[in-house]
Amino acid sequence: MTEQTPKKPVEIIDSPIYMDYNFSAGRATAHFLRSIKDGKLVGQRSPITGKVIVPPRGSDPETGEATTEEVTLGDTATVISFTVVYIPIPNSAVQPPFVVANLVLDDSDQTFIHLVSGCKNEDVQIGTRVKAVWKDKSEWGYGLDNIAYFQPNGQAAIDIEQLKIKRLKETAIFRQKTKKENLKKESVHA
Amino acid sequence: MTRESADVLRAGFELGFTYTRSVGPVIGAFLTGLRDGKIVGIKGAEGKIICPPTEYDPQTAEELTEMVDLPSTGTVKTWSWVKQPRAKHGLQKPFAWALVQIDGADTSLLHMVDTGDEKAMKSGMRVKVRWADERKGFITDIACFEPA
Repeated sequence: MTEQTPKKPVEIIDSPIYMDYNFSAGRATAHFLRSIKDGKLVGQRSPITGKVIVPPRGSDPETGEATTEEVTLGDTATVISFTVVYIPIPNSAVQPPFVVANLVLDDSDQTFIHLVSGCKNEDVQIGTRVKAVWKDKSEWGYGLDNIAYFQPNGQAAIDIEQLKIKRLKETAIFRQKTKKENLKKESVHA
Repeated sequence: MTRESADVLRAGFELGFTYTRSVGPVIGAFLTGLRDGKIVGIKGAEGKIICPPTEYDPQTAEELTEMVDLPSTGTVKTWSWVKQPRAKHGLQKPFAWALVQIDGADTSLLHMVDTGDEKAMKSGMRVKVRWADERKGFITDIACFEPA
């Protein structure tokens, strides 16, 4: 290295940490990803709680029970919680301020994170009803980013406590169905 | 099962924490020294020379300020041989991680030693810095140590 004119002392350094993972989706998630490549959202129903898990992982997060029953879902959802991001994320095309929300798809019981856009950020609230805005089909791959964002669908915001109660009632049917065979398991997990 | 397993989707992904950090006057002086091709330590309590320099004395916790220029030669105190370097290691050939006590210092510096062969490694062996071709004020400005 050639000596140059006096340089400033070192005050700041870049010290990034990168972790390289190889991710195996597993059977349930791989099926979910294949479905979303075709523009379909699928979940799995817990045989014990009756709750619909999406994205499915092949087991019920509450009981550990294997899940096999597939449930086809629509692409409308409810905002359960959200935050407005003001800091740019490196390598992201999304410009702040933008809304990141925890959404629960209709007829499902587990939230996932996605963008809410196509509206004023101020118009997003807990209970806002949204619908997926899909990217052009030619861009679809194996990922939730086939959905560009969720956009308020014009319906009135709902009370998410009421939504919880409604879902508990709906899932009760499935709990009844499997009650006998699961009595033993439930006592184990109680 | 086997057939389905073969169908499972796999993908690589990278999780990155893109930190930048301010280094402060002491580490800053050490890194500035590396950039300029020299090793710098700091005078600690009871005149002990600490390299790499610390901002506070490890025994008395007193704040340290007196930087000391050191040579780029030293002695291997302990070492561990890496037979198969990983992708992120600084040398893509078998090498040793070693604690190197720079001449004139009372503490040791962790870095790589390139001897080419494990049999050539020895505690007490003399080594010198192999400087990186391009230096920017980072620990990798020392490419590694090599037998002196």
